[in-house]
Amino acid sequence: MSVMRYREAVRAAMIEEMERDSRVYLVGEEVGHYQGAYKVSEGMLERFGEKRVLDAPITESGFTGISIGAAMVGLRPIVEYMTWNFSAVAFDQILNNAAKLRQMSGGQLSVPIVLRAPNGSAKQVGSQHSHSMEHFYAQIPGLKVLAPATPADAKGLLKTAIRDDNPVLFMESETLYNVKGEVPDDPELLVPMGKANIVRPGKDVSIIAWSRMVHVALEAATELAKEGIEAEVIDVRSLRPLDEQTLVESVTRTHRAVVAHEGWPYGGVGAEIADRLQRLAFDELDAPILRATTLDVPMPYNAKLEQHVIPGVARVLENVRAVLYRS
Amino acid sequence: MTTTLPQSDELYLDLYRQMVTIRRFEEEAARAYAQGKIGGFLHLYIGQEPIAVGAASILRPDDYLLTTYRDHGMALARGMSPRAAMAELFGKVTGCSKGLGGSMHFFDVEHNMLGGYGIVGGHIPIAAGTAFASKYRGEDRVSIVFFGEGACSIGDFHEGLSLAALWKLPIVFVCENNEYSMGTPMSRTMSVEDVSMKALGYGMARDRFFVEDVFQVREHLAEAVERARTLSEPTLVEIRTYRFRGHSMSDPGKYRTPEELEDRKKKDAVLRARAELADEKGLKEALEKLEAEVEDVIADAVKFAEESPEPGPELLYATTYSGAFAR
Repeated sequence: MSVMRYREAVRAAMIEEMERDSRVYLVGEEVGHYQGAYKVSEGMLERFGEKRVLDAPITESGFTGISIGAAMVGLRPIVEYMTWNFSAVAFDQILNNAAKLRQMSGGQLSVPIVLRAPNGSAKQVGSQHSHSMEHFYAQIPGLKVLAPATPADAKGLLKTAIRDDNPVLFMESETLYNVKGEVPDDPELLVPMGKANIVRPGKDVSIIAWSRMVHVALEAATELAKEGIEAEVIDVRSLRPLDEQTLVESVTRTHRAVVAHEGWPYGGVGAEIADRLQRLAFDELDAPILRATTLDVPMPYNAKLEQHVIPGVARVLENVRAVLYRS
Repeated sequence: MTTTLPQSDELYLDLYRQMVTIRRFEEEAARAYAQGKIGGFLHLYIGQEPIAVGAASILRPDDYLLTTYRDHGMALARGMSPRAAMAELFGKVTGCSKGLGGSMHFFDVEHNMLGGYGIVGGHIPIAAGTAFASKYRGEDRVSIVFFGEGACSIGDFHEGLSLAALWKLPIVFVCENNEYSMGTPMSRTMSVEDVSMKALGYGMARDRFFVEDVFQVREHLAEAVERARTLSEPTLVEIRTYRFRGHSMSDPGKYRTPEELEDRKKKDAVLRARAELADEKGLKEALEKLEAEVEDVIADAVKFAEESPEPGPELLYATTYSGAFAR
């Protein structure tokens, strides 16, 4: 075990996989000479050279398309966006090529590519730089979407993603990059996709979250414990594939659930989870499933308004009390 | 340009056979479409045959080829069997993409025909990515990608060219300028008539010609392919051509006059090749034998397509993901 920050865990996964497989390379804006916009790829250019750590001009659609093309004939690219916000201009490449090539070629082609970047809100970066893009992408068959909350999962899941033969979208978070945690040193210790993690067991209510919101949910659970409410906190980790079984088992124990995520409520991953739980565990539920999400508006710049829009501990508590009929 | 490639009667007959195969394939596809045996969109290649046949004839089997949704001619020239092509149009499991792709999405990985793509310009970075992979692996393969002049205004065209020039990728960009972007003449879509000028801004080699015959296509493209193979440098080639049918089967072509169409049909390279082979070279007997064989091949392809089974739903999930389905 080593203690490392989230950004170092992401870097360690890339370095180990690039050492293991010469087909893996990293491309993106500022990943090389600048050492990464968020210093995730620090030192990698010096280690692997310009052939395998490529600085790209501001051409998200172009370098995403090029990497999809390279993947479809046998390379295994890692594409870094400065943030997931900017993937919007590459959306056509992700939707129409990465996700579709396998099916529309009758199964002849695969696209083993990893697209990764920080996702969700940062601090006062405004309307165009605060999107939670997992909700758009998890809807698309052909893609996989991961959103780890801890350094250990960041490393283990990214390694799994790089070894996967499908397009995998990897959601990091600027607000998590400095989080420290214990990370296994064994380069063959992979975290499987499609497995949620119960990070705090409890019997009264299930709080289902991913990425930054796992930490918010844990804080909320600490508060609730003071009131004698034992919340079970589940880190979903993998949004597609989704670990239905762990969620259903949890709700079967607690009979109440709140899904806590960043991003708008309309049709998001939280809505998908609520739909599945009401279908698969209808008789177990003692209350409607509620969601603590970003408010249904574009992100404002003003610091207080931003905090009002982003889901925090208070909004999670409010929803938990509502499903417990204690509000 | 001086002629450097061989021009034997045997080669000429072979190239003619390929051109007439494409034309007869397309005519029979149009007939089947009118009979309701083919669904969706159907974009015919009639009039542009010398480009596909000329290009394919100077490529190596391991070179990568990608094109637009007007892809039947390219696929046949690349070596796809007319059976697999026609069966795909009929939506049959014996089709090149198992009936899942359709007219716009012909794929034949065995022949390095890496697809027909339905989003205008979106495949240009993908093609550059296949060239990126060749260069990354130190291979001397060349990639060639075709698109219409309608693609030259969209971002992916420019991002693809920009990155290919920056990274010196072994690729040939071929604009098949058939003068109409669906129903809009080029004078109303582009500020310059000379598409090849767009290479100048990227410091890329360029070429441009009005297609007369298949040998001329070979000469021009051979030079660009050689530049890619030996120098790993891209070229933008504009080939002025004309399609004799509408944009798709639903297009009556009211945006151009019957006189213009008749005038251009007089320059039909396929008929002119036939006249030259029959009258000037005295190969009428060989031609008639060849044409009878082509009729048999096309009739066989239609019969095969009609008699083939349809794909079953079990294919859907298996072709969406490599490995387990991510739900």
